[in-house]
Amino acid sequence: MSAIVLQMACVAGLLGLAVLAMALSRSTLSTTVIYSAALAVSVIALIGSLRWLLGGIVDASELTLPIGLPWLGAHFRLDALASFFLVVVNLGGAAASLYGLGYGHHDPTPHRVLPFFPAFLAGMNLVVLADDAFSYLLCWEFMSLASWALVMAHHRDAGNAKAGYVYLVMASFGTLALLLAFGLLAGPAGDYGFAAIRAASHAPSAAALVLILMLLGAGSKAGLVPLHVWLPLAHPAAPSHVSALMSGVMTKVAIYGFIRVVFDLLGPPIWSASVVVLFLGSITAVMGILYAMMETDLKRLLAYSTIENIGVIFVALGLALAFQANGQKLAAALAFTAALLHVLNHSFFKSLLFFGAGAVLTATGERDMDKLGGLIHRMPQTSFAVLVGCVAISALPPFNGFVSEWLIFQAVLQSPDLPQWPLKIMVPAVGAMLALAAALAAACFVKAYGVAFLGRPRSVAAETAVEVDRYSLAAMFILAALCLLAGILPGLAIDALSPVVLEILGGRMPIQANEAWLSIAPMGESRSSYNGLLVMIFITLSASLAVSMVHRFASRALRRGPAWGCGYSEAVPAAQYSSASFAQPIRRVFGTLVFHARDHVDMPPPGDTRPARLRIELHDLVWEGLYAPIAAAVGWSSERLNRLQFLTIRRYLSLVFATLVTLLLVLAIWS
Amino acid sequence: MVVIADILVQGAQMLLVLLLAPLLTGFVRKIKARLLRRQGASMFQPYRDLLRLLRKEVVLADNASWLFRVTPYITFAAIWVAAALIPTFATGLLFNWTADLIAIVALLGSARFFLALAGMDVGTSFGGIGSSREVMIAALAEPAMLLIVFCMALVAGSTQLSTVANFIGSSYVGLRVSLGMALVALFMVALAENARIPVDNPATHLELTMVHEAMVLEYSGRHLAMIEFGASLQLLLYVSLIACVFAPWKIALFGAGPLAYAVGAGVYVVKLAAAGFFLALFESATAKMRVFRVPQFLGAALMLGLLGTLLLFVSRSF
Repeated sequence: MSAIVLQMACVAGLLGLAVLAMALSRSTLSTTVIYSAALAVSVIALIGSLRWLLGGIVDASELTLPIGLPWLGAHFRLDALASFFLVVVNLGGAAASLYGLGYGHHDPTPHRVLPFFPAFLAGMNLVVLADDAFSYLLCWEFMSLASWALVMAHHRDAGNAKAGYVYLVMASFGTLALLLAFGLLAGPAGDYGFAAIRAASHAPSAAALVLILMLLGAGSKAGLVPLHVWLPLAHPAAPSHVSALMSGVMTKVAIYGFIRVVFDLLGPPIWSASVVVLFLGSITAVMGILYAMMETDLKRLLAYSTIENIGVIFVALGLALAFQANGQKLAAALAFTAALLHVLNHSFFKSLLFFGAGAVLTATGERDMDKLGGLIHRMPQTSFAVLVGCVAISALPPFNGFVSEWLIFQAVLQSPDLPQWPLKIMVPAVGAMLALAAALAAACFVKAYGVAFLGRPRSVAAETAVEVDRYSLAAMFILAALCLLAGILPGLAIDALSPVVLEILGGRMPIQANEAWLSIAPMGESRSSYNGLLVMIFITLSASLAVSMVHRFASRALRRGPAWGCGYSEAVPAAQYSSASFAQPIRRVFGTLVFHARDHVDMPPPGDTRPARLRIELHDLVWEGLYAPIAAAVGWSSERLNRLQFLTIRRYLSLVFATLVTLLLVLAIWS
Repeated sequence: MVVIADILVQGAQMLLVLLLAPLLTGFVRKIKARLLRRQGASMFQPYRDLLRLLRKEVVLADNASWLFRVTPYITFAAIWVAAALIPTFATGLLFNWTADLIAIVALLGSARFFLALAGMDVGTSFGGIGSSREVMIAALAEPAMLLIVFCMALVAGSTQLSTVANFIGSSYVGLRVSLGMALVALFMVALAENARIPVDNPATHLELTMVHEAMVLEYSGRHLAMIEFGASLQLLLYVSLIACVFAPWKIALFGAGPLAYAVGAGVYVVKLAAAGFFLALFESATAKMRVFRVPQFLGAALMLGLLGTLLLFVSRSF
């Protein structure tokens, strides 16, 4: 069986599962049946795509189905790029299904989740496989709608209806942009097959327009600032394993779309395109993590951090565009590999963290970090897995997040060879922005972990939490292990990605497996190298050496006592640092500019029994400056147009007549 | 045989930084005391402090978790590994290529991440205030550090410290304005990262302005010893970094033989002493600044780094 047939069979299986879920409806078995079947299918699809990617791809495998547009048919194709993204999609899908086996039982309305979950997985698989514009858009819309249905699964919860509405509007806007982009790509001849688009040459003006439309279309799905507004509303609204899929995987499908069109279909890039991508990427990275820093809702914090990581990926893609436009194949391959590796890494740790948030939600019913605390004592295994995720996402060695960020920094360091002055000056600044985003990410996850899992419990729910089921734990630990593995053996991942890079850019990074001790050296060892495995071994060895020496020759005595409060007893857990107070220094340094943040302190005079109050004023300037005026304009014009509903028949007739005359006049003048 | 010798040299470096770190701290304290016309404690006092702390029992807060107990060792190990990867008396040691400068900075970031978490673990306000300010300072220092790395990499064509040290030490680099800017910026970042005056005060324990000391307030006994040791190592690390990049004189080339190594180690100690003297002088002459002046301080470091990079571009193309 050829590889594509296997993948399509898996997709068909998932679609069949969706139908089966509808048939099973409210049966008690349905949760177990659907998730275990989805797990099996995802694992098969994962193995299929992995074999395809690792097996040294000779030629793309294609399939045409006689559905869709009559003269076109539906084309599907499995090449190296598609197979890499299929790995990401199906790995995320398998992990989410495994997690769902446990988590799904806590869902009050499983019949609103189960049919759409496999459909969503199938949709993402199809987008990656589609090989003509029509099927691509159709699958894209299918994926959007399936995920929308999942966002609306708990539609009675506060805020979810608004989230679904905003998501729907933004998804339609994104699809509109994609539609126009593909229209431009197909040109007047109107050949929608990707092969024909790839072969055609595109005028520079059309190519620039396509790039902007792709940034709008794929960018709105991925969460580029300022198109991100739906993401922190919609991703947390869905059940947690679906949030993990949306944040960890669906944003990557959007990135796949961007890569497919801008790198593959559009032909050789121009350097000015990279300026736009770099600018948007770096703004997105810093803004995303600043938003996350201000957030108190655990799942929304994770959604905002997704925006940051999307920014990081776009920065890497922008660098790849810049180097590719100047014919620097090696540097372009380095930046592109870094982008792909970050796609993979982010899907690992973001899914893991969303699973962790789901576990906390199951155990306590709380998403607000200021009502949690001390979970490390009551949910030790979940806490450990989430800690791994937090270290990984904060780009700290020896975990995987650091490897991809390190590669991006190495690509940034190649920029002095670029001939264009705007890029020369811009790229170091972008590098500094990335470093800022990475440091803020570490701050943000110290906050998230410190407030939710450490300290003393701030509510009864947090005090009485118990560890979650073993399926959820298994899913989290598998992802945590992958985070560590990808961190200490990055050379293997880089080598596995080389067919993709070769296919898209026509160049590749040096083979890393040849480096001594499994280290990675993107540009030669004298320039820079990193060895996650040795770093890990050294840290473990020296830490154990320190522990054994101290315990052997010094003291092992230990006494428990109350915490030192400088003479004051701090009985109230509410006196601990909360998420808002932890963010205060950063809010003061960055927030006054970015969010127009103001702290209002209401301190009653001595003798007054009123409690003192602190009110924090934050403005989402993107929402207030861009979306609120648009929404107001739409409201204003619809109010004006509303009058047209209540006219007399006489006026309607004259309106129709006037329209007819105008149109005829226009036609007459035109021709 | 060669591999064993290599490992021995690398081991000597690990031991050397471990042994010298408390001495550097003691030396800086001694000089500061003398500058204030005090007698001051002996230079070897930090060793005695560490030994005393190691022998004492640990008083652990009631609700401290396992994370609180492992953090001192993780932090110490991460800083130790980072310090061992910086060329001190010789370049090109066996494991120098394990991590370049970016990775070394990130290793210090890992240490700080765990310390900040430990500050949040007990659930007192002191830990929280320390952690939140520490991460704020780190967020400001890291972009500046990256631009300094960028500047160095532009000059030497590498982020590998051995290569950088060899390049600057062997070839005629001359006095470069941008390297000078990078040096000043690196000095500012080092002050912030090591919680020195004017950013933080390492000598105080109960002041609302304190950052690092507030974060580790709950620690005692051997845990505190590991953290203090780690802090000394980190100071040594930054001094070694500045020495190896900006003053790589007499650093032995790899495989140069025991004599060259001994000369390198001797000169290294002299460099440490000079840097420690300068640091004490600077700290005695400066006042600690308010916490929210730190962004301007580190912003200046960032600008210096950026300016140095841009100057390099200009000087390269004309």
